[in-house]
This record gives sequence, C-alpha cells and structure tokens, in this order.
Amino acid sequence: MTTLDFTPRPGAAPLPRMVLAQAGAEARATLRNGEQLLLTMIIPILLLVGFSVAPLVDVGGGPRVDFVTPGILALAVMSTAFTGQAIATGFERRYGVLKRLGATPLSRAGLLLAKTVAVVGVEVLQVVVIAVVALALSWSPHGNPLWVAALILLGTAAFSGLALLMAGTLRAEATLAAANLVYLVLLGLGGVLFPLDRFPAGVRPVLDALPITALTDGMRSVLAGGGGFPGGPLLVLACWAAVTLALAARTFRWE
Amino acid sequence: MRGVGSASGGGPAVEIRGLVKRYGRATAVDGLTLTCARGEVTAILGPNGAGKTTTVEICEGFRRPDGGTVRVLGLDPADRALRPRLGVMLQAGGVPPAVRAGEWLRVVARFHADPLDPAALLDLLGLTGHARTPYRRLSGGQQQRLSLAAAVIGRPELVFLDEPTAGLDPQARHACWDVVTALRDAGVSVVLTTHQMDEAEKLSDQVVVIDHGRVVAEGTPEALTGAERQLRFRARPGLNLDELLCALPPGSAAKESPSGHYIIEGQVGPQLLATVTAWCATEGVTTEDLRIERRTLEDVFLELTGRELR
Repeated sequence: MTTLDFTPRPGAAPLPRMVLAQAGAEARATLRNGEQLLLTMIIPILLLVGFSVAPLVDVGGGPRVDFVTPGILALAVMSTAFTGQAIATGFERRYGVLKRLGATPLSRAGLLLAKTVAVVGVEVLQVVVIAVVALALSWSPHGNPLWVAALILLGTAAFSGLALLMAGTLRAEATLAAANLVYLVLLGLGGVLFPLDRFPAGVRPVLDALPITALTDGMRSVLAGGGGFPGGPLLVLACWAAVTLALAARTFRWE
Repeated sequence: MRGVGSASGGGPAVEIRGLVKRYGRATAVDGLTLTCARGEVTAILGPNGAGKTTTVEICEGFRRPDGGTVRVLGLDPADRALRPRLGVMLQAGGVPPAVRAGEWLRVVARFHADPLDPAALLDLLGLTGHARTPYRRLSGGQQQRLSLAAAVIGRPELVFLDEPTAGLDPQARHACWDVVTALRDAGVSVVLTTHQMDEAEKLSDQVVVIDHGRVVAEGTPEALTGAERQLRFRARPGLNLDELLCALPPGSAAKESPSGHYIIEGQVGPQLLATVTAWCATEGVTTEDLRIERRTLEDVFLELTGRELR
C-alpha cells in the first residue's frame, strides 16, 4: 500500500481560489449536462433561427432577426440564471452536496459567489454563440454594450434570486417542474418572441412588471432601437433582485 | 502546523456535556456526555436510532443543540475557523451524481491551503482506475471510499467518519481501516460511528456505547470486554443444562443462546472444562467448536442495548 503523510496541516485556501474551483466545477456540470445544454443553448438557438427565418410572428417593420435576437439573449439569461440554476441547486440540496460543502472551508457566501461566477461564465458563452448565429443571419446590433452588460447582470441577479428562492424551499422534483413551467410561461408572456402589443391592454401592466419583460424590453430598446440608458427596465430588474434575494436569504434551507 | 492545535490548548478533540437534541416530540440525544481524546480513535457504537449521527452532526456544525455544551478542538462547532481543521465523511451522499471521482477530489483539494495530492489519495484507496467515472456510476463501496478521501484531503486535525465501512466489501473495509490507522499514527484525532464490533475492537482506543441518546458504557475495548472468560461450544439444541449446573462450582452460569450455541461462565479453568466434557460424555453429546475466550464487544453491546430489533 502506498503511504501518505497525514500529519495535520490544516488551512483554508484563499477565497478566490476556492470560489474559482467551485465555479469551474459548476460551469462544467452545466455544460456536460444534456438537459441543461438543451435549455441554455439548443432551444435559444433553434428559436433564434426559426423565428428569424420564418415569418412566424409579425414584428412590425425592420428585419426579423433584429427583433428576435434581443429577446433570445434575454431568454438565454433566464434559462441559465433561473431555470438551470434552480434545478441544479435543488438537486444539490437533495443530494446533500450543499450540506457537504458547508463542512469545507468554502463559506456559504463563497458558494453563492461561485454560483454567480459560473452562471455569468455560461452566459458569456451563450451570448457569444447567439451573437455569432445572429450575425450570420444578418443581425445589425445598435446601442451601447455597457447598457447590455448592465441589463444582463441585473437580470442575472433577479433570476438568480428567483432560482434560489425556489430551490431553497421546494423539493427538488417540485423545483424541476416549477422552474420549467415558469420558463415556458415567461417565454410566452414576456415579449421574448411575441410582441407585447398583441396582449389585451388590461394585462399589460402585469406583463410589464415581469423580470423577463423588463430584460427583453431593455435589450430590445438598446440593441434594436439604439436607445439610451434603459432606466425603467433596470429599475424593475433591481426591484426583483432586491426582493427575491432578500427572501431567498431568509428562507433558504441548506438541507 | 502543530501550532494551530496548541493555540487552542492541548484539550480534548471533542468535549460534550449534557447534550440534548429534539426533533419535534422525539428526543434524539438526551443528556449525552462524552470526551474524545486528542490523537486517539474514538468509536461511537449504538443501535440504529441511538443518536450517533445526530451527535456527530452537531459536532460537525450541521445542527444546533437544544441543550448542553459542545466543544470541538476547544471551539463552538458553529465557528467557521474550525472548517479547515475538520474532515467530514457523511453517512451517505454529499457528492454531485455527475461529477467524476478525480474531479471532485481535486475541487475539494482546492479549498485547502496544503492538501494531500488527489492522485496519490485515489491510488491509496484503489480508485485510480475510476478517476474519470461519474460518482453515480461508482459502486457503493467506491462512493464510500471517495467520501473518505474527500474527508482527509485537507490534512485535518480531527476527522468525523459516520459509518465509514457500511456496505463495504472486506478489501475496501481493510483499506478504510488502514487509512484510519495511518491517520492516528500521524497524530490525527478520529471519531467514527459504526455498527461493526470488530471494527470498533480493532481500530479504536476508546469505545463509547450510546443508546436512547445517552452513553451507556465507555472505555477501552479491553476494559469493556473485561478479563472474564467464557467457555463456548455448539451442540444439538435443547440440552437440559440443570444437571450440568449442579456439577459446576457455585457462581457458574450456563445458557443456550442462540439455539444450539452454549455459553458457560464462571471460574473458567481446567476443572470447569473437565466437568463440562465429562457431562457431555454422560449425555452422549458431541460438541463442536469448543473454545475458551473472552467476551466479545458484541456480547457486551447486546447486553447493554438488548436483543430486540428496532
């Protein structure tokens, strides 16, 4: 038998090293998981291509790809930060992974930071792939990339809050079902592909208050319309982020 | 880094006083008091539901006690400063199903300042060939060994192992025992729970038997099993032991437990042996497996915790 020197030499690694190690593991897990890949990459790309090429919805004037791409980018953020993260975290809780990680030097704050880094990392990949496909379909983006980054970051915060709220309170199977259902409902109602002016005026205020609507609106006003600072959408997303993250922090059960 | 240990004094690894933990109306731990010495292996024995896991998980900081005090390496178990100093092996799970064995160990290693080499540890536990196997495809024994590896990779001072050998085949069990022995030799304190008496007898410096959330016996394996010897043999079931008892010196005891297994206790020596064999000859009984031995830890355990199933 090989021998190892087990002489105690305990010590925590520096926080950045721990966070990057955990973030890398989570990002690899997402990219290796077939269902997650379907959700984060394949569905958005299929929708992008389908709705850009075929006249499935009346987008008003202008090339269809210019209308569809901002919505698909918003969908990509929602799929990773909300649906994917909720399901993955729900099952980590079920399998005792969150519990086990609690016994390592990685603190809970460090774990949440790692999850955020992993989500943003996957989102960067999604944005690159979606942008390449959209450009190939003659997409012509406008606007300030900084506003786009701000929208994606606040959108990520809002959807992460929702994801953790769900994953930390529901059973893993319930989280799986609810996260997929919410994804579909928000995809249909949030202006991702179907312009909001098709909906009755009475429900518009409700739809406008949804985080996906704010993200889609903001992305579209910047990227398609070349609009300036998307103050309204950013405010809506900030409110969602503040409320959901605060609630998740209060209700999250690690076991 | 002995300095870390001495900074908090050379006190015990674990010190529990009057620990109480309730789940709803059920009391899982009921005024439990025990001490685990530094650098020793302490085995916590007890039937299912005795409160072993609850006690260990309170020490690991997973649960808060409802009463009593717990000090781990001199600190409150909730103290984050303890995390790098403790190694934890859960009874089950704790690893993402899709993660590869080697990858999981490397990630956990990155949480520590001066970890053991993950590849060497995989090798030690016979997992090198499975380094790229996802956790869910490992056998139960391989999963256990991976969890053990993750518990020790950070070079902890104190390791908690909750039923480390449950479900292991004999080879894997011995590999696990070798690691525990190596840990102790290196000065690491080990607290383990087990159902296996041979494990407790072989590995531990100190055995604590708990039942219904309380300590019912503690001591070294030798002290618990005592110096008293027994004569045991197997024969056909249902022998009438009354005549034998009359022939034996006063203070002796004879019983059949379980059926066909006979145990004679008392002044076990040549005289007693002669009396028993003479009686066997009169009765026309052929004995099998006749031997004189010390009580086993299992005998002690069953005496303390009863024979009924739970």
